[in-house]
Amino acid sequence: MKMELIQPFINSLDAVIAETMGRPAEIADVTMEEGNYKRTGIAALVGISGEIEGRVILDMEAAAAQQVTADLTGVAGNPTEETARETICELTNMVIGNAVTQLNNQGFKFRVHPPEIYALDGGLEGAPDIEAVVLRFETPKGAVYLNIAIRYKRRRAGERATANVLCP
Amino acid sequence: MEFKPLTCEDKPKVRFLVVDDSVFARKNLCKMVQAFGGEVAGEAGDGVAAIAEYASTHPDIVLMDITMPKMEGIEAVEHIVRDHPEARIVMVSSVGYQDNILSALQKGARHFVQKPVKPEALYEIIRYVLNDQVAPAPVAAGETQS
Repeated sequence: MKMELIQPFINSLDAVIAETMGRPAEIADVTMEEGNYKRTGIAALVGISGEIEGRVILDMEAAAAQQVTADLTGVAGNPTEETARETICELTNMVIGNAVTQLNNQGFKFRVHPPEIYALDGGLEGAPDIEAVVLRFETPKGAVYLNIAIRYKRRRAGERATANVLCP
Repeated sequence: MEFKPLTCEDKPKVRFLVVDDSVFARKNLCKMVQAFGGEVAGEAGDGVAAIAEYASTHPDIVLMDITMPKMEGIEAVEHIVRDHPEARIVMVSSVGYQDNILSALQKGARHFVQKPVKPEALYEIIRYVLNDQVAPAPVAAGETQS
């Protein structure tokens, strides 16, 4: 996966975390992943379609999600899991929205779908035929994972055409 | 931060319609509206509900998200402004690319604020939209109006 596709998501997560938690996030680990993604805490997924396609998942450790929710909602005590999910969904929306804004302003045309929360324990289905990059960030509240599985649609189509010529 | 209560013509309070599919985002915006001395006249979670809610509440200002299920915010703006040309709609979205902003403005939205929203930036934009003061530039995430 091209760094130019990943960097806007890193910048955006950093900016949104700094804005909402008061301190920037730091990248602690980067791995490549194929197949299903198993969430670690509360995860939200956003689909992307158009000249860039795929999906991005933001996954936050449950304890971190609870703390962030309490801070952002200003509610005393432990927030409900539903409130925590809502909060993570909106954080995901902000991170991905800001990132796709950068990509779109570079000339890529695509559509972002509303975030969906996943609470299944069996793992999130990976995007078929797209390798995922998983970035682990350390934030003031705990670990946040960003699982990015996106690709250039047009470029992939071009590559397939070339492959068909070389290996019919 | 303290805000001088917003005013609109001779009304005691500025009435808002808050449209966002995220309950969390709506709550946050409602809190800001109240901090600005405004009143939440209604809430909606998608564009279809926003059109109906506008017709029944006739708010002074609409805060409208873009990416929503059923009907997106820009399409909802088109419907609302067609039926109510006086509508004052401010787009509030995390997706702030130029095409989106332009499209929203062409459909009749008055301004655009990118999430995460800074209360002071939103306040200035609403004040401008209500009173036709000097136009601030559209606000990107993390920026503040000067």
